[in-house]
Amino acid sequence: MENESKRYMAPGKHVLMGNVAMAEGAMAAGLTFFGGYPITPSTEVPEHLVWRLPEAGGAFIQMEDELAAINSVAGASVAGAKAMTATSGPGTSLMAETISMAAAMEIPLVICDVQRNGPGTGLVTAPHHNDVFQCKYSGNGEYEVIAYAPMSCQELYDLTIEAFNAAETYRCPTYVLSDAYLGHLHEPVVIPTAEEVKKLVVARAILDKPNQEKFTFLDREGNIQIPPAPVLGTPNFPTTFISQPHGPDGIPVNEDQVLKPNTLLVEKITKNVEKIARTEAYMLDDAEVVIIAYGLTARVCYHVVNLARKEGLKAGLFRLVTIWPFPYERVKSVVAGAKAIVVPEMNLGLMAGEVERCKPLAMPMYKVPKIADIHEPGEILAVVRKAKEAHP
Amino acid sequence: MITRPDDLPEEELLLSGTRSCAGCSMSLMYRTAIKALGKNTIITVPASCLTVLHGLYHKQSVLVNVIHTTFETTAASASGIVAALEALGLDEKITVVGFAGDGGTSDIGIQGLSGAAERNTNFIYACYDNEMYSNTGTQRSGQTPYMAYTTTTPHGKLEHKKNIPMIMLAHNIPYIATTCASYPLDVFNKFTRAKQFKGTRYIHVLAPCPPGWGYPTHESIEIGKLAVRTGIFPLYEIIDGKMFLSKESEPYLDPRKRLPVADYLKKQGRFKHITQQHIDTYQEYVNGQWDFISKML
Repeated sequence: MENESKRYMAPGKHVLMGNVAMAEGAMAAGLTFFGGYPITPSTEVPEHLVWRLPEAGGAFIQMEDELAAINSVAGASVAGAKAMTATSGPGTSLMAETISMAAAMEIPLVICDVQRNGPGTGLVTAPHHNDVFQCKYSGNGEYEVIAYAPMSCQELYDLTIEAFNAAETYRCPTYVLSDAYLGHLHEPVVIPTAEEVKKLVVARAILDKPNQEKFTFLDREGNIQIPPAPVLGTPNFPTTFISQPHGPDGIPVNEDQVLKPNTLLVEKITKNVEKIARTEAYMLDDAEVVIIAYGLTARVCYHVVNLARKEGLKAGLFRLVTIWPFPYERVKSVVAGAKAIVVPEMNLGLMAGEVERCKPLAMPMYKVPKIADIHEPGEILAVVRKAKEAHP
Repeated sequence: MITRPDDLPEEELLLSGTRSCAGCSMSLMYRTAIKALGKNTIITVPASCLTVLHGLYHKQSVLVNVIHTTFETTAASASGIVAALEALGLDEKITVVGFAGDGGTSDIGIQGLSGAAERNTNFIYACYDNEMYSNTGTQRSGQTPYMAYTTTTPHGKLEHKKNIPMIMLAHNIPYIATTCASYPLDVFNKFTRAKQFKGTRYIHVLAPCPPGWGYPTHESIEIGKLAVRTGIFPLYEIIDGKMFLSKESEPYLDPRKRLPVADYLKKQGRFKHITQQHIDTYQEYVNGQWDFISKML
C-alpha cells in the first residue's frame, strides 16, 4: 500500500549522486514499479530504489536479465503502475524488441539509459553519448520516442518527473539519457515540497466509463487525441490487447487498413513536437556562430559561449533538452541567421546529422567529436574561433 | 588423477599481473583449471569478473585463447566455436570451454546453456559461483544464498540458491561436477576428467569473494573449506546420470560430522544480520539437500 509520507524526499538542498537524483525524480513522479538488472554505470539506480521504493509502498524486482526487466516494466504499466527500468547501452540493446512492442501497444514506460562507451562492452565506466540513435531506432518498425538529455543532477531529478509525465501523456517509450559521468556526479539538488511536486505530476488516467468512442485510440481523426492507456482489471480494458496493428476493438486489421494505425503512432509525436520538445537558447539573438549541444556537453558549452564573448566572438548556444522528437523547425530558425554552426558531441557526430537536415546546404558546420570523456572548454572554443575566422 | 600439489603441471598458463581483487579465489581456481585444460583450449567468457581478470592490452595475463562474448551468450558462443572447429577438422585437438559467473550462468545465460546442453554440444561449461554479481558491485543473483546481504537484497535474500547442477542433470549430459576453489587438486582432477568426455560437460565451482562476502582477504581458502565442511556446498560428480560423492564431501553424508552452518555464516559480513531462526532455516535446508543427495547415490 502506498505510504505517501515516505514517497517524497525532505524538501531543501541535498547532495545527491546523479543516479540517485534520477531515482528520486522517478519516486516523485509516482514510480510504483521498478524492474531492473545490474549493469555498470546504472547500478546505483536499482541499489537505491531497492529500499526506497518498497518503503513508499512500491514494488522492486531484480529480474534475471534485461529482457525480463523491460517486460516486467511493460507488464506493470499495463496493470496500472507507473513503471521504469534503468540500464546502459548493452541493456538497451537487449530491450529493443519490447520497446518496439511498447511503442506499438502505446504502453507508457520510462527507461533510464546511463550511457557508457561502446560498441560492444566498451569502456564500462566511461561516458559516451552513443545511444542517442539507439534509443530511437533500436526496435523494429516505425515509431517515435521521447528522450530527455539532462546535464546536471538537478535536471536528472526534474526531467525524470517530466519524462514520466510525457510517457503518460503521449503513451510511448520515454528515455532519460544520462551517462557514466553524470550518473556518478555528486551535486546539490533542490528538492521541492511534496505539495509542489504533486502539482507537477501527471497521474495515470483511467477510462472511467465504457465509452467505445473515447477508447478508439487508433481511430483519431484531425487533431490527434491520445486517450488514456487501457489498464488491466478495469472494466474498459479491450478484449485483447496486442502489438499487431489493431482497430478500436483490439482486433488485428488487414493489410489495407494498416496505414492508419501505423501513421498515428508516428504522428501523435511528430505533430506534437512543439509541445514536447524542450530547448534552451543562450546568447543566440546576435550569434554568428551557433553551438548546438545536449546532455553534459551542453553544460560545457555555456562556459564556451562566455569565453567566446569575452574574446568578442559572437557565439550562442542552442541546447536540446529533449533530443527526440528532434525540433527540426526550431533548429531551422535558429541557424537561419548564423554564419557557422558548431556541434560538439560526446560521440563522433551523431545528432550532427539531424542538424545537417535543418541547415542551408552552403552553411558550414563543424563537428567537435569527443569520446569517453567530457570536452575541455578550450577544445570547443578553438573550433568556434576557427569557424569565425573561416567565415567572418 | 593427482593426489599431491607437486603433481600439478609446472607450466603456468595464468600469469601474475591479473586484475582480480586481493584474495580472489576465482583467480586461484582459474589458474588450476586451465592447467588441467592445457594450452590447446579456447575459452569463451561473458561479462564477468573473469573478463576483468584477463587484463588490458598489452598486459594480458593468460596464455590460452580467450574470446569475450556478450553476457547472455557463453554457451551459444561456444556452440558456434565448436561447430566451426568440427567443420575445420580441429575439434579433436582443441578443447572449447565456456567460463561464466553465477549470474551469467543461472540468470541471463541459462537459455543459451540449456540450448547447448540439449544439443549435447561438445564443450565444457564452467560456472564459477561467487554467489552474486560481484563485477558490478555485488547485487543478488539466482545463486545468492538465503539471507545473504547484497546491494539489492538489503535485508538478506529470501530465496535459496537455484540448483543449477540438477537443472543440468535434467539435460542428460555425460558429466556434471561441483568443486570448490579451496581444493585445487579437486579442481584439477575434475577439469581433467571433464576433458575425457564428449558432449556437454558442466562444472560448478564455488568461488568465495572477499569484498562481496565480507571476510578478510586471507580467509578465502578457509571460507571455501567451511562451505564444504558444513555441508552447504557438497562436492560430487554425476557421470552418465550416476552421482558419486567426492572424497572431500564424503564424511558429511553423516549429519553428525557436518559442522553447524553457523560456523560458516558467522564468519561473513553478508550474514551479519541473521537471527537464530534464519540459521535454523538454513540448517534445515542443508539437511534437506543431503537427504536428496543420499537418495541420488
